[in-house]
Amino acid sequence: MELDSLYQAVILDHYRKPHHKGLQSGFDIQVKHNNPSCGDEVTLNLSISDGVIKAISWDGVGCSISMASASMMSDLLLDQSYEDANQILAEFVELMQSKGQSQGNEALLDDAVAFAGVSKFPARIKCALLGWMAYKDASSQLMA
Amino acid sequence: MVDLSQYKKDFPILSRTVRGGNPLVYLDSGATSQKPEQVISAEGDFYRKHNAAVHRGAHLLAEEASAAYESARENVATFIGAKAAETIFTKSATESINAIAYSFGNSDSSSKFSIKAGDEIVVSEMEHHANLIPWQQLAKRTGAKLRWFEVTPEGRLDLSKLSDVINAKTKIVAITHQSNVLGSITPLKPITAAARAVGALIVLDACQSVPHFKVDVKELDVDFIMFSGHKMLGPTGVGILWGRETLLNEMSPFLFGGSMIDSVTMTEATWAQLPQKFEAGVPNMAQAVGLSAAVDYLNKVGMKNLHEHEIALTKQMLDGLSQIQGVNIIGPVEIKDRGGVVSFTIDGVHPHDVGQYLDQHGIAVRTGHHCAWPLMRKLNLVGTTRASFHLYNNADDVIKLLDSVSEVQAYFKVKI
Repeated sequence: MELDSLYQAVILDHYRKPHHKGLQSGFDIQVKHNNPSCGDEVTLNLSISDGVIKAISWDGVGCSISMASASMMSDLLLDQSYEDANQILAEFVELMQSKGQSQGNEALLDDAVAFAGVSKFPARIKCALLGWMAYKDASSQLMA
Repeated sequence: MVDLSQYKKDFPILSRTVRGGNPLVYLDSGATSQKPEQVISAEGDFYRKHNAAVHRGAHLLAEEASAAYESARENVATFIGAKAAETIFTKSATESINAIAYSFGNSDSSSKFSIKAGDEIVVSEMEHHANLIPWQQLAKRTGAKLRWFEVTPEGRLDLSKLSDVINAKTKIVAITHQSNVLGSITPLKPITAAARAVGALIVLDACQSVPHFKVDVKELDVDFIMFSGHKMLGPTGVGILWGRETLLNEMSPFLFGGSMIDSVTMTEATWAQLPQKFEAGVPNMAQAVGLSAAVDYLNKVGMKNLHEHEIALTKQMLDGLSQIQGVNIIGPVEIKDRGGVVSFTIDGVHPHDVGQYLDQHGIAVRTGHHCAWPLMRKLNLVGTTRASFHLYNNADDVIKLLDSVSEVQAYFKVKI
């Protein structure tokens, strides 16, 4: 079923047991992003020192796609250099804009290639990007 | 149950298939209704045969267009028990509300419509953003205070603090006739009585009522109502503002330009009579004509029949959802004073995911905050899934939705 390409098992696993969820104290910056069309919200705490993402945690309410994506993003970006994290971010954004034409670069995105199916559902792309856009905002403010 | 099954065939979109090759089950009429062929043809025929700018031009087409536009106004006015002069075409109900909010805000300080610091504007927690933000912003611009009725846990308007919320400072009471999320119908009498006692103006958001049951402005003790054409089988791009003639005559227009003037010099202008005073620019003629066809259609079906039909479906939906464990109805479970809108949540599944699953099975519902974010916050919800009806829905649609709700729980492996 077409729906299974959207709701991959790994996505539903992260939704049920999200990683790095629950805001940690001692952050360099906190940002709050929401999706005004559906009301989903993500708050993200981020610390970057010596050009490396030292801590990332988040909390929020939202659908399986938005919550699982924030969870996998935190896994992917923690301990990465700012430059490498930007590359992963760019790859994920490109995957979301691929209209179902891309499988995603597994070397960069690991399990997050499971979101490839989301790109076929225009209304859900913003869900998948919610946490990532919070990270982009937070990191670019810190590195400005 | 009243049988409206003969009408579904008039709605061409309802015979198409959607995702997964499924026939369309359209349960999102609270957002916008589908249109019968009669409405689509009426709008198209206006363009094909009569199109010209109304109220100007010395040619036959202009005459025909003006006659069609004004006869549409008569028809819509009669539908709500109003006079044509009081029935103003806008582009949407949202524009209607903004038009009066701006008119009040622009009034001279000596005018009875003037809003100033110390005045109070009353809304409710269950307002659609369209009947909240214009008043919220008017209050900000003028220094007036925004007050509101709260919502009870059951999803009804809490009138226990009526005499505090509506008081001597109240200038405007702007309230919904029926919640677009909860389905609850507002008990107007105590509110209008309290507003009248303090001389406040009463604005009724009738977007969810006029399309679904008989509304007669002569029977409602209110000053303004607004509704949109597209929720009542009519085209998009047309809404109605109805106001009491005496008030509209005293009010300042909000949109200025062609058509709305009596006389113009380089430095001064005077205004046309009602309703043109509030209809600046070449109006949405084809849409008004389409709306008139929608009114004809609704009259043919009968608003009483329509309401009975929707209430039967609502009851079937409420009864069905009540029997599924892990499903919560958001809004009154009692059918009394309730319209054809049913919001619900499923434990462990976000509304957006519910909607996605239903869509895969051809069922179109609305998910999210329904442009009533403050209500969601009050109810401590991120959103709901909402099924809403119109005359073309039937018992099979409800059964399909109920079956799918159980499937959603299985698909997302919800533990019950």
